[in-house]
Amino acid sequence: MVLTTAVRTMPWLRVLQWWLVFLAALLPLVSIGYDAWIFNLGADPAKEIVDHLGRWALYFLWITLAITPLRRLLHWGWLQRYRRMMGLYCLFYACLHLLAFATFIVGWRWDLLLTAFTERPYIFVGASALLLLIPLGITSTRGWQRRLKKNWLRLHRLAYPAALLVLVHVIWLIRSSYFDAVIYGVLLAWMLGYRLYLKRTS
Amino acid sequence: MLIKKPDDIRPSEITPESVYLNRRQFMRGLLGGAALAASGTALALPKPEFDGDLPVYPGPDWLQAQLRAGERNTELSTDEAPAPYQHAIRHNNFYEFGTRKTDPSRNAQQFVTDPWSVEIGGEVGKPGTYPLEDLLKPYRLEERIVRLRCVEAWSMVIPFVGIPLADLLKRVQPNSRARYVEFTTLHDPQQMPGQRSVFSTLDWPYVEGLRIDEAMHPLSFLAVGMYGNALPPQNGAPLRLVVPWKYGFKWVKSIVKIRLVEQMPNTTWNRAAPDEYGFYANVNPAVDHPRWSQATERRLPSSLFQPNIIDTQPFNGYGEQVAHLYRDLDLTKWF
Ligand code: HEM
Repeated sequence: MVLTTAVRTMPWLRVLQWWLVFLAALLPLVSIGYDAWIFNLGADPAKEIVDHLGRWALYFLWITLAITPLRRLLHWGWLQRYRRMMGLYCLFYACLHLLAFATFIVGWRWDLLLTAFTERPYIFVGASALLLLIPLGITSTRGWQRRLKKNWLRLHRLAYPAALLVLVHVIWLIRSSYFDAVIYGVLLAWMLGYRLYLKRTS
Repeated sequence: MLIKKPDDIRPSEITPESVYLNRRQFMRGLLGGAALAASGTALALPKPEFDGDLPVYPGPDWLQAQLRAGERNTELSTDEAPAPYQHAIRHNNFYEFGTRKTDPSRNAQQFVTDPWSVEIGGEVGKPGTYPLEDLLKPYRLEERIVRLRCVEAWSMVIPFVGIPLADLLKRVQPNSRARYVEFTTLHDPQQMPGQRSVFSTLDWPYVEGLRIDEAMHPLSFLAVGMYGNALPPQNGAPLRLVVPWKYGFKWVKSIVKIRLVEQMPNTTWNRAAPDEYGFYANVNPAVDHPRWSQATERRLPSSLFQPNIIDTQPFNGYGEQVAHLYRDLDLTKWF
């Protein structure tokens, strides 16, 4: 509370907060890059990197979707300022996830890439989610917000089906433990459910 | 290729370890893999090259003595270079200790593997519960360098030490009703955190099986050691199956029970997902896992600059030895 009032009254604190959040969100990339650099990723660094980037893409999407409910429930208006950044970080990590997969796992072998995208359901769903996220990233600027007016909000509701597709992506690659998927699923159900509740009661 | 028979003097007894390890590396560099395999007999059970803080698993005294007397079976060893020791002990699937590859090496270090006994029963003349030490006593251990192909499409080359499964089975005298062999892993949720998970699709204990002719095949092997030492707990100590033409999930670990039975055993992965994991689970590039391709594999350790993608071989490259077992079997149906 003290912090939020301070941020409101002192603009430079606001700038500082923005930079802190911006840099903190880069830490997952720095840490995996560092581990790769010092060969600390074990026998299969490729898989470690792909999984790590995929998980952080998911976390940022979930954080993005959590902002509306949290802002309302906790009355933290300042959260709103970070929604775009979180969304763009999701896209950033998702693109790196795909790039790492294509480079480190399949070594840009086009025959393997083609079968991966056409025959592997979990990759197909992951790719569909990414396809939904890309236009959201492109239209995330103020300019596009102004140009699209009401349609901007409608367009950006694509984040919900994208999140569902990501959840399916994760469920589909489970070998035996549902633990992570259950946690992600419960959180997503709560975040989407809260929106439905708002709509009903408004 | 000339295959020398093992001779009786083991240089590990007359040459300091560090010297012969260096010589081994030197020769590998100089002469390549094939020469290494040929000279491997003269270099019985080389120990891993330790760098600093790697854990070592010497095993109980009785096993150490037997490991010292072991020798390499070059005929049944590949001449591919084994994975560096630290990767073989830190990249494991052993869901009893967690589902991530690094979980077993983290969670299994306190796992008690000695004393250990194995219950052998079913259609055999000499059923009983045997201490592992007594089971192994009659045999000279042998080392085999084999390819381990995981159903997840990665593979590793690992030197295991143990005995042919057939030797042990013959000793307990299977009768004519013994058509399959069923293996069971220890069930001990206190020691095995994975068995306590409520989110797992697997039923414990872990059960695997082989047809009797597969079990009697010379390639079927029971391992008690790895890299010249005892098996690390995360690799299935103290006793695991090694069936190199089958996917890794068949290589059941920490075995407490072996039963000879008439009916095909109801195996763990097959029960959890019958359309994904068959009873046979022979390595087969032509039959994909429903969710991913089996045509290629990534040989580990891999580096970021070199994904190490290789074509998967039918029966993991052991087709010459085992293909005849499946002459009458439709391998797309019985995957
Ligand atoms: C073209 C798009 C994509 C491709 C090719 C792709 C590929 C992959 C692959 C190969 C894995 C590892 C699977 C395994 O365990 O064998 C994976 C895991 C994962 N992916 Fe993706 N993915 C894509 C899109 C996405 C997107 C858009 C997200 C999230 C926003 C995402 C999140 C994840 C997560 C959370 C995991 C699980 C990591 C773990 O905890 O093990 N993926 N993906």
